[in-house]
Amino acid sequence: MRVYLDYNATTPVDPAVLEAMLPFLGENFGNAGSVHTPGQRAHAAVDAARESVAALIGAKSSEIVFTSGGTEADNLAIFGAIAASSKPRKHVITTAIEHHAILHSCDELVRQGIDVTVVPVSRARGLQGVVDPEEIRRALRPETVLISVMHANNELGTIQPIEEIGRIAAEAGVCFHSDAVQSAGKVPLDVNQLGVHLLSISAHKFCGPKGVGVLYVRTGTKVAPRFYGGHAERDRRPGTENVPGIVGLGKAAELARKLLPEDAARLRVLRDRLESSLLERIPAAQVNGDRAHRVPNTTSLSFPGAGGEALLIALDLQGVACSTGAACSSGSTEPSHVLLAAGLSHDDARSSLRFSLGRPTTAADIDFALAVIPGVVERIRALSPREQQTASAVPAR
Amino acid sequence: MTPIAQLESVPGLGVAIDNSVTVVSTANAVAVAMSGGVDSSTVAAILRERGQPIVGLTMQLWNQRRLPQLQGEGPVQHRCCSLDDVYDARRVAEHFGIPFYVVNFERAFEQTVVRPFVEDYLAGRTPIPCTHCNNSVKFDELLATARQIGAPRIATGHYARVRHNPESGRYELLRAVDETKDQSYFLFGLTQEQLARTEFPLGELTKQEVREVARRLAVPVAEKPESQEICFVPSGSYVRFIESYMQEQGIELRDEPGDVVSTTGEVIGRHNGLRNYTVGQRRGLGLAAGHPVYVVALDRATNRLIVGEDRELRSTACEVRGVNWISFAAPDAPVRASVRIRHRHDPAEAEITPLDATSARISFLEPQRAITPGQAAVFYSGEQVLGGGWLK
Repeated sequence: MRVYLDYNATTPVDPAVLEAMLPFLGENFGNAGSVHTPGQRAHAAVDAARESVAALIGAKSSEIVFTSGGTEADNLAIFGAIAASSKPRKHVITTAIEHHAILHSCDELVRQGIDVTVVPVSRARGLQGVVDPEEIRRALRPETVLISVMHANNELGTIQPIEEIGRIAAEAGVCFHSDAVQSAGKVPLDVNQLGVHLLSISAHKFCGPKGVGVLYVRTGTKVAPRFYGGHAERDRRPGTENVPGIVGLGKAAELARKLLPEDAARLRVLRDRLESSLLERIPAAQVNGDRAHRVPNTTSLSFPGAGGEALLIALDLQGVACSTGAACSSGSTEPSHVLLAAGLSHDDARSSLRFSLGRPTTAADIDFALAVIPGVVERIRALSPREQQTASAVPAR
Repeated sequence: MTPIAQLESVPGLGVAIDNSVTVVSTANAVAVAMSGGVDSSTVAAILRERGQPIVGLTMQLWNQRRLPQLQGEGPVQHRCCSLDDVYDARRVAEHFGIPFYVVNFERAFEQTVVRPFVEDYLAGRTPIPCTHCNNSVKFDELLATARQIGAPRIATGHYARVRHNPESGRYELLRAVDETKDQSYFLFGLTQEQLARTEFPLGELTKQEVREVARRLAVPVAEKPESQEICFVPSGSYVRFIESYMQEQGIELRDEPGDVVSTTGEVIGRHNGLRNYTVGQRRGLGLAAGHPVYVVALDRATNRLIVGEDRELRSTACEVRGVNWISFAAPDAPVRASVRIRHRHDPAEAEITPLDATSARISFLEPQRAITPGQAAVFYSGEQVLGGGWLK
């Protein structure tokens, strides 16, 4: 048996999504930019998908810009907002727990001579892995042109106080972007309630296909294009539309909107059972991130005395797929920047695993995982060098 | 602002959900250390053909992008941890349907191999990083990880043999059948516990046979050229590597010129910094002595380079520290053995007198040329490696 508990990395395409996409890989192959009937069919399908995505996040369809995924949406938001600003000096505020699509983009801004403030994620309000909006306010400068704060963290699942930060950004008159790649389809999203100007989502995180995402751009918000070409996406993102992908994203958004309450409630129960059973059966195990402010499908746990890399491999060999952090960071030598920013010690961060559930997850999956994980942790702890254990065996609670 | 670490997008852990890849839950799995080269790839192929449950592990040991000064010095592919080699190892594992993972030991590698290499060099010794890597990374960290993930044994592409002697109860290390490929010199530090959990499937084969097996089993990298140099040093220039590494650590190495003196103490020239020289070196001394002159010793304390004639390079006695005995526990009485003082050295007859559990004095029957501090002296008896230690 194999159990997949890494849905924050990616999800399978829902059968209904696949079914919706297939005609656009076959008979309906038209270019949405063409004048003729096959082109018009493709155009109509892209429009319908635009409506569906807009409905998922409470936006107008004209505010939806299709991209090649979350990373492109984040890059377009950051570099596009910076390029569109006419301020002579520019400053950006972000947080220490963002995805690398944001943090590495900000590194590039720094290389270009733009100031970036990376706000730490302190426990100022007693919430681990949650940014304090007051820290964002304190980082504001007259030259601040953009605030970028993720909605849900990919590793911890912690939900950030986007509404509060949105109010702060509105008061200051600063453009506000949120990377919602890990919250779309997991918690309700409303761009007006959140108060964002820009918002990124990615289809493959909620049972859509890979290679397609969205940047929501609020009417009146200026974003300079990163690509130059034809007039697709109202010049904001030229390039022939990925029609099958966009159709799949539209269908996935429709399903997410319809199934979200049911999925969320069911996955929360399964996630909580997985988490509490692991805490019960594995001595010194601890949850990373504030448990009350999380998406319902994610749990990050540390197992002091056992290395995350060995845990991940051993579990995979026994049929349980999970992750040590972000999918793109594996193989790197440093422990997760998110876990360190959330205040974990290096040892605890190195002994952490993320389990993330998805629509296909069943109670039997959780039973299987619970039958495997405690034994694997026990074996690895028993075979780990002594000093490593004593260095981190004391829970940091 | 907080500086944001530049993380490399190294191909990471392959989390396969493909059900054609076997779930390994048996207790007798062997972890194969896969470098992406023909030898270790052939090991994987051989074990798989035997029906042995295996897991492929590739060690990420060194970040080739760390010292940008060295980029452009020699090819980055076919070196330690180049993306190409990780890619090749993964391709071989995919080809054979072997579960495969990249494990990151960059931290351990730097602490136990790279730093000691640099320190040795700066102290005037000539280090062998491959042996440190075997002792402290491959047969330590990697074996530990293998055991943790449920594979109690590891197999590597080394040319050497391991044999259990039921009479002594010891695991013995033997030379490879193919004398030209023998790597037993680099394995003298393995403990009984490590040897008990190690397999060297190539030790019984010649290089030619390995190539043939690789072709017969359709190993994807069968025709790949071998790498010879130290994996983390591009273009083989130790000095450039050490300078760049120290620069990264915030230390600017300056050449400290000093006197070149003869063995009788006579100043006969100037050198441009001791780290540019190694014992036994003849070329590049810039001396016109009328007869061949060699580096006999590096005197760090006085920053003097001591040179002399070939005969002055020869010595019958030396001491070793960090001695590891393999075929038997540390002896009380002197032991006769053939001793190899560098990888390609013809073993020379000697008597080894233990000084304590981990050090010994070696007396050669014939004087040996260029006994070099930092290299290993490995004790052989016929095809057996009795043990070995580090030359002081």
